[in-house]
Amino acid sequence: MVKIKSLADLQKLKADMQTKVDLREKGESAENLVQVKVAMATCGIASGAKQVMEFFMDELEKRNIEAVVTQTGCMGYCYAEPTIEVTLPNQDPVVFGYVDTKKADEIIEKYVKEGILVDGIIPVNYETIDDKNK
Amino acid sequence: MEFVNLTIDNKTVKVEKGTSILKAARSVGIDIPTLCYMSLGDMNIENKPGGCRICVVEVEGRKNLAPACCTDAHTDMVIKTNTMRVLNARRTVLELILSDHPADCLICAKSGNCELQDMAHKLGVREIHYKGEMSTYKPDKSPSIIRDMDKCIMCRRCEMMCNQVQTVGALWGINRGFEAVVSPAFEMDLEKSTCTYCGQCVAVCPTGALTEVDHTNQVIRALADPNKTVVVQTAPAVRAALGEEFGLKPGTLVTGKMAAALRRLGFDFVFDTDFAADLTIMEEGTELLDRLGKFLNGDKEVKLPILTSCCPGWVNFFEKQFPEMKDIPSTARSPQQMFGAIAKTYFAEKIQTKREDMVVVSVMPCLAKKYECQRDEFATDGNPDVDFSISTRELANLIKGANIDFNLLPDEDFDNPMGDSTGAAVIFGTTGGVIEAAVRSAYELHTKKKLEKVDFEQLRGLEGVREATIDFDGLPIRIGIAHGLGNARKLLEDIKAGKSDFHAIEIMACPGGCIGGGGQPLHHGDSSILKARQIAIYQEDKNKPIRKSHENPFIIKLYEEYLGHPMSEKAHHLLHTHYFDKKNEFLIE
Amino acid sequence: MHLLVCGGTGCRASASDAIVGKLEKELEEKNLQDDVQVVMTGCFGFCEKGPIVKVLPDNTFYVQVKPDDAKSIVEEHVIKGRKVDKLLYRDPETSKEISDSKHMGFYKKQLRIALRNCGVINPESIDEAIARDAYAALAKVLGEMTPEQAIQEMINSGLRGRGGGGFPTGLKWKFAADNKADQKYVVCNADEGDPGAFMDRSILEGDPHSVIEAMAINGYCIGASKGLVYIRAEYPLAIERLKTAINHARDYGLLGENILGTNFSFDIEMRYGAGAFVCGEETALIHSMEGERGEPTFKPPFPAESGYLGKPTNVNNVETYANIPVIYLKGANWFNKIGTEKSKGTKVFALAGKINNVGLIEVPMGTTLREVIYEIGGGIKDGKKFKAVQTGGPSGGCLTEKHLDTPIDYDTLIASGSMMGSGGMIVMDEDDCMVSVARFYLDFTVEESCGKCSPCRIGNKRLYEQLDIICKGKGTLDDLDKLRNLSHVIKDTSLCGLGQTSPNPVLSTLDNFYHEYLEHVNDKKCRAGVCKDLMQYIIDNEQCVGCTACARVCPVGAISGERKGPHNIDQTICIKCGACIEKCKFSAISIQ
Repeated sequence: MVKIKSLADLQKLKADMQTKVDLREKGESAENLVQVKVAMATCGIASGAKQVMEFFMDELEKRNIEAVVTQTGCMGYCYAEPTIEVTLPNQDPVVFGYVDTKKADEIIEKYVKEGILVDGIIPVNYETIDDKNK
Repeated sequence: MEFVNLTIDNKTVKVEKGTSILKAARSVGIDIPTLCYMSLGDMNIENKPGGCRICVVEVEGRKNLAPACCTDAHTDMVIKTNTMRVLNARRTVLELILSDHPADCLICAKSGNCELQDMAHKLGVREIHYKGEMSTYKPDKSPSIIRDMDKCIMCRRCEMMCNQVQTVGALWGINRGFEAVVSPAFEMDLEKSTCTYCGQCVAVCPTGALTEVDHTNQVIRALADPNKTVVVQTAPAVRAALGEEFGLKPGTLVTGKMAAALRRLGFDFVFDTDFAADLTIMEEGTELLDRLGKFLNGDKEVKLPILTSCCPGWVNFFEKQFPEMKDIPSTARSPQQMFGAIAKTYFAEKIQTKREDMVVVSVMPCLAKKYECQRDEFATDGNPDVDFSISTRELANLIKGANIDFNLLPDEDFDNPMGDSTGAAVIFGTTGGVIEAAVRSAYELHTKKKLEKVDFEQLRGLEGVREATIDFDGLPIRIGIAHGLGNARKLLEDIKAGKSDFHAIEIMACPGGCIGGGGQPLHHGDSSILKARQIAIYQEDKNKPIRKSHENPFIIKLYEEYLGHPMSEKAHHLLHTHYFDKKNEFLIE
Repeated sequence: MHLLVCGGTGCRASASDAIVGKLEKELEEKNLQDDVQVVMTGCFGFCEKGPIVKVLPDNTFYVQVKPDDAKSIVEEHVIKGRKVDKLLYRDPETSKEISDSKHMGFYKKQLRIALRNCGVINPESIDEAIARDAYAALAKVLGEMTPEQAIQEMINSGLRGRGGGGFPTGLKWKFAADNKADQKYVVCNADEGDPGAFMDRSILEGDPHSVIEAMAINGYCIGASKGLVYIRAEYPLAIERLKTAINHARDYGLLGENILGTNFSFDIEMRYGAGAFVCGEETALIHSMEGERGEPTFKPPFPAESGYLGKPTNVNNVETYANIPVIYLKGANWFNKIGTEKSKGTKVFALAGKINNVGLIEVPMGTTLREVIYEIGGGIKDGKKFKAVQTGGPSGGCLTEKHLDTPIDYDTLIASGSMMGSGGMIVMDEDDCMVSVARFYLDFTVEESCGKCSPCRIGNKRLYEQLDIICKGKGTLDDLDKLRNLSHVIKDTSLCGLGQTSPNPVLSTLDNFYHEYLEHVNDKKCRAGVCKDLMQYIIDNEQCVGCTACARVCPVGAISGERKGPHNIDQTICIKCGACIEKCKFSAISIQ
């Protein structure tokens, strides 16, 4: 692997990565790219996040939906685990709670395919440090 | 030197920087009570875990109370040691400790000698306000030591001795919270651990949690049996400490009173282990010269340095921790065992008594001796050379129980032939003594010249590791001395690494040697007691008309009549032993 | 278009189900059901103003909606595109209506600094972390600052230790830096032990690079080339993610020799603990890492002087570290504008207990308990009455109604008789017995005390036993005095922070709920109905029809009575299992 040997290296890598992540998130090159993040901290896994993640990976492929499914850390909504965040192209991310495979199926069929929200949305109610900067 | 000025109970105190509040207070006569704290200053041994919290004091500007034992005095500190807050806290803490301690003082082995009892008395505790569940542990009895952890107050002194001083590693704090206790790993029995029975844990235990196995009843029974000839031997260090049990000043020599007391107790023959110590010098000294001679003649196989072998705690230590070096120590048995072997052969023949009808009792400053006399190799057809080994403390109990007013006894002599000894034998009781005795004889035997000055000051003292070079008429002999097994370990590691240039090394398991043995009257952390005993031992040496072992007329006679010469076949059979690899014995099954 | 209706417990209690029904009915009537979806969501956290309806995509936020408002929402907003003014939230200060929820104050109640990347990045991808500025702060510090400047920046930021002690981080670093030695160590304390607290685990699982980066900065500042993470073996996932992250950082050369082309070298190793609470205490932690028994020793010497293997050591907690990269990137002045005068920045809390939105939150210092409980936590479960909130874990205390408007920071919490601790926050309602709560915490302390000093080893056990006696109805007034005295002595004489704080749950409940203790002792009553020994199951002779159902279900045969005659419970036999009360169809059995 290439070592980061200087600040310039790091900045370049950061720019590359941001573009890559942006591409994926904003879906500029792949218009239909859907991103699903599954909260995979200990609490999430204990409530079944692994199964949910596997379900999304398998089913999105089976149903021919171009999507990236990734894991992430704890979102903080412990009362509603497992939680996932779905980002449709050019839209704000939406967090769903209490997701089991049945709910996951509903999310794919309704929200991912048709953009129709389903029950179980977790409203995001915090500021980020980027908001704070503005 | 930097000093700090502070105020304790309105008194101004000036002490060296780095002094604890406790020491600063004591320097001006303010006696803050302590329980877990213990210091043997002269030997660099200090226990201050800050665990018991009895010594707490109020420091102005500090949120909570400070433990005086481990808080350093600082300039301008204002300290109060007897405010309501302090007194209430101290008493409550003591009540808590008492609430988890069996109140069976009446029948406890430590009663009258217990620091917890003293503390309850000192603070005038009349009621325990906080009662509740008490911690209980399974009792553990080894050949030498009894552990009754129900009485443990977690002062950690034993753990400090076992690990920091002795580096034996048998005792550790285990479990958490209310179940926390000091124990061998996995709550194994002591017998299965690395314990050497040195008894230093017993020597420092403030309560009845650690005590010796009591053999006084067996001794009384033997004395009462008309068919038994009961022979007693007393170790060198006993005479310098026994008096303390009868209120005499530490360092009072009670050799004559002790012999008188033993006679009144009913022992048929009152002998002296010192006789066997002289015998040890004959064997060990000859072995040293033998190895040295071979070495000087270019023998590459010979093992040097030679290590002394009269301390059973030390023998247990190297058998368990350095078995690969078991051919380095001298093969000479300890004086206790030499005595037993000679008593039950030579002497038994002399008085025409059968071995089975003779009971040999030893009075020792030591708890490892209890285990040593039970070793299989020191018995003939199941009959041990030494039947029972009792400690100095046990002897005192025997005397008290027999209504003997010790202090009024006249001085009496030991019996013959095994009661006569030299000054060289008596110094076996202190660190440096064995090797000094060996040097006195080896010098004359090797150089065939008379030794003019028998006092080898360079071998004396209380430093943990000492070394000296003795001139054997042109041949420099390198001598090493270690007392305390931790110090012994350092020398052993050097030998193992090939870094040792010594010809002979004396090792004693206990700090101070036998004067500080695990079976001695309790010093309660006062190292001046050990010093006084050491002075007494050297005094006894000075008082003796003969001060070299090979000049003991009864030893000479013993060789003439019975053994032939040192290291003869008979001597080998009776006076030498071999060692075992016990490294794996203490592993968990 | 979407109509989001809050389905949090609080809003449900105020008829949000009915709102959904009404909205759907209205939409159907207007034949809009295919264009507009009504969706039930989780709690918005703004329960004070519930029920809430949010309209997407324009983010309109309606508060205190009643089922009858469904008509106007559909007719005005959905069809005509006009906001329903009377349902809009008014800013309490300006009284102006705010329609877009993103501009509402309650959104600003939470600010994620330590948790900035948790739930955002893939914790196993260093690239995603770098895309979110990971290691940029390290680069900045190494490239632009001397260690002295970097420490000064940390002092200026006002960051205080998040593990509980609240010691200024910059000062701690300065002490470690000032002690000269051939080798120094940086230690990350990941021995999170407070019951109910899991923010450190979440950070390590969600954003391990922030901790690695901060440790490297810490190493540069104090002159240490070695870092150690002391983590409990009970956190396998956190260990796994951290290991992966360390490996990735090594691969990129962000750990190891000559980091970013400078002379600075730093690497991190892991040390595992067996999950002893006391090992969170830094001297105990260091002993544990050395392979010794995990028990504290008297300070001084402080670790900054003589720590791991006798070398100067700086120990900081995970959450503290997670704050650090941002501080260097955005500057101390940015950070110290957040929070209160003496407590800067944010604090992560693990909300638990009788609260609707159990979870991990991060709020600026100075947020009030009321805001946390009612505006973020969604209020008390099942609409019950708030009784107390326990902060600071077993070392903290219980705060009551009167403390709700206290701004949370290190000093105010201590002044109120509790403490910040590592951020556990357990909410209690009227069903919680405060004596039992104190007993619960003491039970924990008794288990977790290392046993080294007598007041903590024996004293806490006796406290627990005394509380148990009171819970069993055998306490006397005298016992209450004893509890207080013993608590004070334990605090005053214990060796380490564990014992010095363990009686806090007792003292704070004695202070704030003395009446409950009195009831237990004098009236032998437990108002919350928790202490079984103080309850009696009584059969009302008037109501009892003698069906014998209770007698048949009683597992200990405590109930007797003739068929069709009134039954009776023998209190000396009854074990208070409650089986009879469940079985009785005539509500004849009650608890007294």
